[in-house]
Amino acid sequence: MSRRGGTAAGQPLSAVTEQVPDTSATPPSLSSVTASRRRGGDGGHAPTSRRRSTRTQKLKKLGWVLFFLLPSAIPLFIFTLVPMVSSLWVSLHKWNLISPMEWVGLKNYTNLLGDEMTRRVFLHTLIYVVGYLPIVYAGGLLLALALNQKLKGRSFLRATYFLPVVTSWVVVALVWKWLLNPTNGLVNQLLGGLGLPQPGWWTDPHWALPAVILSSAWKDLGFVMVILLAGLQSIPTDVHEAAKVDGSNAWQRFWRITLPLLSPSTFFVVVISLINGFQVFDQVYVMTAGGPAGSSQVVVGQIYDLTFRYGRAGEASALSWILFAVILIITVFQIRGQRRWVHYA
Amino acid sequence: MRDSRSLPAKLALYAAVLVGAAIMLFPFLWTVITSITPEGSLADGPTVFVDNPTLNAYRTLLDAMPIWRIILNSLGVAVVSTVLQLVTGSMAAYGFARLHFPLKNVIFGFYLATLMVPLQVLVVPLFIEMKTLNLQDTYFALLAPTIASAFGVFLLRQAVIGVPTELDEAATIDGAGHLRIFTTIVLPLIRPALATVAVFAFMGSWNSFLWPLVVIRSPEFMTLPLGLSTLQGQFTTQWDVVMAGSVVSIVPIAIVYLLAQRHIIAGVAHTGIK
Repeated sequence: MSRRGGTAAGQPLSAVTEQVPDTSATPPSLSSVTASRRRGGDGGHAPTSRRRSTRTQKLKKLGWVLFFLLPSAIPLFIFTLVPMVSSLWVSLHKWNLISPMEWVGLKNYTNLLGDEMTRRVFLHTLIYVVGYLPIVYAGGLLLALALNQKLKGRSFLRATYFLPVVTSWVVVALVWKWLLNPTNGLVNQLLGGLGLPQPGWWTDPHWALPAVILSSAWKDLGFVMVILLAGLQSIPTDVHEAAKVDGSNAWQRFWRITLPLLSPSTFFVVVISLINGFQVFDQVYVMTAGGPAGSSQVVVGQIYDLTFRYGRAGEASALSWILFAVILIITVFQIRGQRRWVHYA
Repeated sequence: MRDSRSLPAKLALYAAVLVGAAIMLFPFLWTVITSITPEGSLADGPTVFVDNPTLNAYRTLLDAMPIWRIILNSLGVAVVSTVLQLVTGSMAAYGFARLHFPLKNVIFGFYLATLMVPLQVLVVPLFIEMKTLNLQDTYFALLAPTIASAFGVFLLRQAVIGVPTELDEAATIDGAGHLRIFTTIVLPLIRPALATVAVFAFMGSWNSFLWPLVVIRSPEFMTLPLGLSTLQGQFTTQWDVVMAGSVVSIVPIAIVYLLAQRHIIAGVAHTGIK
């Protein structure tokens, strides 16, 4: 493809190979006009060559467009767009991945929307998001505020807080499953040592989701901190100085200046956390597998189980589209609502 | 303002950040400790100072799965998918930012649409696609969904738009074509954005779990998250072995992180500022 782009217009090679019958250098005459008309209605000789060059130029331009776009367009088409459309198609069928598909129209959707199980998995997912977001935001903000001060070993601390972010979810889930082991886990040993109650964590239906929330927040704290720290550092110091001159105290400055000016970063954190939060899966699968007794099953876990455990791929696809719709609606609402509370400096 | 802080306030600040650091680091330390504690002593939980440290758990791990190969799989897949995303992404970014062609906005809209669709929507048909093409349980299957990322295209396109067109024009006068402008002018100037995309591509591939779980069955094609999850299935209650597996999974990424820590954090911070 790069070769096609490489041959410049008007080069002898392309002129010869493409326009063999028209190489006579005679001035425009009746015969040549008829000849060119026979070839497809081209005008006189001089315009022909100009048009010829614009045509090869156009081809060349198209060649460059294809050269730059196809490497991404082809995989995105085959591995994203086609599955996207076929997922819609599958969601309108009853299908166990093996026997032929059976058309059911929108029945998968109506069944799911009326199903108690759907409401439960969405509720669990919502509990996860609602529990997780305040912890990572408050924790991340505190760490960011602390690291925005003059501190010795600041970059070491920042790197330490960020370490769990690069660790994979599966590792984090396993490490915390062990830390939160009800009998000989570290957390319960510490709680016992302090004379506090020791929850059953992932073995107890009431504590399974909190266990997942705790470990997820621990992993993402550093991510939120880095985003908020970057936001804090982009606030100009003279705004703070001016407020100080006007006699405001640190507390007022935090609420009136820092938080409002940090709102674009906060917005980013909230949007990303909600999008990722509604898609929570890895840590739940590893820590609780949705249990005990389905008490921590989340939407994506349900999609996985429907497909690969119960052979109900049609319903699974429908559920994935319902989830997508929910995420999309929430994100659109946030983007619309941001005008009211996000201040771009 | 900051230097005028009182001593107690300063001490409280240091105490707080150190407690935070301990909370972040201790689980890692505990993982290592557990992995070298003899299995028999685990019933009451390990202690910080291990009595008879042993590498038995690591031996069991080596016997249970081809762990070296799994580590190499993880690293290899992550590196290849990062390189692919950088190449395909930067080329598309140049195409959208610098070339003029009909339906450009429509096509870019399609790219953005793929950005919004989460993996779980695609998992079932993608799995069927791989099955039909007889590609399940291969490296290609692991890589396929990550050859190009619309997120990368989007981020890099913004960066290319930020490169002044005067530079291109000057190069064109000097006789440079698109390929030369792309490689010698645009690419060097969008390095920060490339670094950001690289960080996200690498971490995304390294952490990826749902897709490998769906498409890979044989241990020799597993990546670390999938290998660990199967390990836990086999050794449910043998926490020393599970933690040995976790240590082995953490070490490679910890080394990458130590070497590139500054760039990784800068890359993540970079996405939030916009």
